[in-house]
Amino acid sequence: MNPYAIHAARIAEKIQEAPGIYTFRLLFEDEAVASAFAFAGGQFNMLYVAGVGEIPISIVSDPDRARELDHTIRVVGRVSEVMGNLQEGDTLGIRGPFGHGWPLDEARGRDVLVVTGGLGCAPVAGAIEYIFRRREQYGSVKIMHGVKKPRDLLFRERFDAWRQHPDTEVLLASDVAGRTWHYHIGVVTELFDEVEMEPERSIVMMCGPEVMMRLAAEHMGRRGVPRERMYLSMERNMQCGIGLCGHCQIGPYFACKDGPVMRYDRIAPFLGRDV
Amino acid sequence: MTDRCAFKLPRDRFDDLLQAIRQRNYLLLAPVERDGSVMWGEIEGSRELAWGKADSQAPGSYRLEAGHPERCFEVTHGPQSLKSLTFSPRQKLVHVRCGDDGLTFDSEAAESKPTAVIGVRACDLAALKMQERIFIEGEYADPYFKARREKLLLVAVNCTRAQPTCFCASMGTGPAAESGFDLVLTELEEGFLVAAGSRTGEEIIASLNLDAAGEPEQEEARQAVEACAASQTRSINTEQLPQAMYAAHDHPHWDDIASRCLSCANCTMVCPTCFCHAVEEVPTLSRDESERIRVWDSCFTPEHGYIHGKNMRPATRERYRMWLTHKLAAWIDQFGSSGCVGCGRCITWCPVGIDLTAEVAALLEKDA
Amino acid sequence: MSEVPKPRLAVFKFASCDGCQLSVLSLEEDLLVLGGKVDIAYFPEASSRMLDGPYDLGLVEGSVSTPEDVHRLSAVREQCGKLVSIGACATSGGIQALRNFIDLDVSAVYPSPEYIDTLSTSTPISEHVDVDFELWGCPIDKQQLALVLGDLLAGVKPRLPGSSVCIECKRRQRTCVLVARGEACLGPVTRTGCGAICPGMSRGCYGCFGPADASFPPGRSQANSDALALHFHEALKMDAADVVRHFRGIHGYMDPFKQTAAKWEDDG
Repeated sequence: MNPYAIHAARIAEKIQEAPGIYTFRLLFEDEAVASAFAFAGGQFNMLYVAGVGEIPISIVSDPDRARELDHTIRVVGRVSEVMGNLQEGDTLGIRGPFGHGWPLDEARGRDVLVVTGGLGCAPVAGAIEYIFRRREQYGSVKIMHGVKKPRDLLFRERFDAWRQHPDTEVLLASDVAGRTWHYHIGVVTELFDEVEMEPERSIVMMCGPEVMMRLAAEHMGRRGVPRERMYLSMERNMQCGIGLCGHCQIGPYFACKDGPVMRYDRIAPFLGRDV
Repeated sequence: MTDRCAFKLPRDRFDDLLQAIRQRNYLLLAPVERDGSVMWGEIEGSRELAWGKADSQAPGSYRLEAGHPERCFEVTHGPQSLKSLTFSPRQKLVHVRCGDDGLTFDSEAAESKPTAVIGVRACDLAALKMQERIFIEGEYADPYFKARREKLLLVAVNCTRAQPTCFCASMGTGPAAESGFDLVLTELEEGFLVAAGSRTGEEIIASLNLDAAGEPEQEEARQAVEACAASQTRSINTEQLPQAMYAAHDHPHWDDIASRCLSCANCTMVCPTCFCHAVEEVPTLSRDESERIRVWDSCFTPEHGYIHGKNMRPATRERYRMWLTHKLAAWIDQFGSSGCVGCGRCITWCPVGIDLTAEVAALLEKDA
Repeated sequence: MSEVPKPRLAVFKFASCDGCQLSVLSLEEDLLVLGGKVDIAYFPEASSRMLDGPYDLGLVEGSVSTPEDVHRLSAVREQCGKLVSIGACATSGGIQALRNFIDLDVSAVYPSPEYIDTLSTSTPISEHVDVDFELWGCPIDKQQLALVLGDLLAGVKPRLPGSSVCIECKRRQRTCVLVARGEACLGPVTRTGCGAICPGMSRGCYGCFGPADASFPPGRSQANSDALALHFHEALKMDAADVVRHFRGIHGYMDPFKQTAAKWEDDG
């Protein structure tokens, strides 16, 4: 198996989630590749745009339906900019899946706290849906999500749908107010005071800006959630996805291979540092 | 130096050994003089080796000088290690065709020719072992490294001459080659001592009908290697690693290093264990084809720590800190031992002669 | 069905030797590809067919060295959707920017100085108008040019490495001329892109691609030319005047080379 081999995939659907944010539903061109592909929630693919390059993007769709691979991207760099201009029917390349996803087994029987910011809700979405399809196996689910502006909120329908599940809370926050925003105004960490939690039986999954995750983890720690039951999805420069190119190091870890989902107690000493 | 079953190889039979290897269809690579140093070059016989030459290395300086006229392995090493032979500086990965019906991808085949490398040093063997751990023994095996490695036959040479920049003894990797080779030579006053480190090596020796080495030759070899170890002047105190390096994160000395460091990346290029690489996209102007090519990269480049709009390591201070902290601390956590094998190349080939052993000593001082 | 009109390309010349424009012509097969992708509307070096603007993409060679240049450049900028400065003159003022360090006296050179209308400085394009991308080198590298043109025409943000010449030199497995021969080489502080040509010919790099380490994110180069200059002086026994000459060359008007040379000039 050549881990550098790229497989062609066609854009079956392109959904604009918010300004500059798109979800691409991708189908492998090669049936053999499609049927062999399996992934866990929180894993990522290297998506390739011809003539431009590859970027690591989390798979946001349901791991139980691995034939349709959804990837939500934000137009921020030279690759994603071109990707954002691709249309349904266009092809791009996929290499993956890579990395370690969310601790869905460890979370069984526990209360699940999800803390996300901005586009960070995307990498957790697949895991959340996995949990809801096995609702009875998990304790309470509390989803807290923050955006800068109301118009940055994506997956509005998914949040609304998640809210309907039993023993589930969905709390949203926006830094600034908006006419249709009837949720919290402020930063996501302020939502923590609104939720009741049993720290001893909770597990936390976080994804978003590193500063937000650090503050959230510190807060959760103060509330009594053990550090080893907090998981953060980390973002770094990744070129190979397989722990060889050296760019994504966080202390002794490779974000691509040891992460992107990493345990807080392991990476806490290296957060906010540059090595 | 482990005692192996050693044989005497007279100088005038050295070529018999080389021919025995060639007959097994190996291309012969050896350090040959080029542009004031030695580089791996293809040879046909021993004549092309650096007879009568010796290197003189110091921080930021390398010179080839006259050496013992009867010896061909007095040059300790040039800028190259085995790295370029297994982890190619430029490796095509994928060819992409962009047609009307979408994209087609062809992965580059992982192929290599049988190659015998003559004159491999203990530090380079240690580094190769480390790179094997990284590239082929991890979760994902790199097919290109693997193909090249599998086709190598390694003829080591025990070092009997250390450079002022060498500190393999302190890193526990040399100057004697202990394992990981097919054959090992020790250059003596009269010819060589040769021993096998693999089945292939044993077969090659057997084909030559050599006399077993006696105690005097073995003793001469032992003493030469021990004297080489004893002559090393540089060292790294590895006892406090990795913790002390992590703890030195906010040491003011990083600024001092940054005032001298050129961020040119030469240290990482010549380092036999550094493995960072980037993948370049090289499309044709017509954009109907593209190639993805892996090239050596370095934590000293402005791009290395870049992620959409933010540079994790914008300045030299952070980049040097990344390099040294990784090499001497994180590496131990990642791969079980230090990323430094004590070859001293980063000291010699740093254009301004920055000496990591001195920098480590300064960084581990308590008065941070 | 009418075809979508091809993007219009224009190539302009300011104070320069024409070498970088020649790099466009020496694209060889790619020149035909380029001709298929764009309408070369204005390129006096290559063709007498000179169509009026506006243009989608403009390449500008040369530096600004006359009062007329200043006006013409602002008109060029207005005419071009995207503007790329090509070559050392356009990106940093070029060798003619040496005049920026002296009191210019044209009468010392020209017998009839009254015909000469010049500025006292030679300055890069970006000092006068916004540029969308800078392509460095004296001359520019054909492959880099093809990459950048390809990117721009495909709607991709061009990107070239900002690392040192040394990286490419080592990838090509060359012996360092500075370490092994004591040659003054600017490779460690010079932007990669040339393919390490000079060290490959056993001579020192003279910095024709400008200071390294300025591209991520774009901004002031962080190349440590001060440290290299000190090494030239201490280890290579170079005198202060020679240190100045090394850093005040093709990109002498560009920081940090400019500052390094100025410090050693004060010393010597």
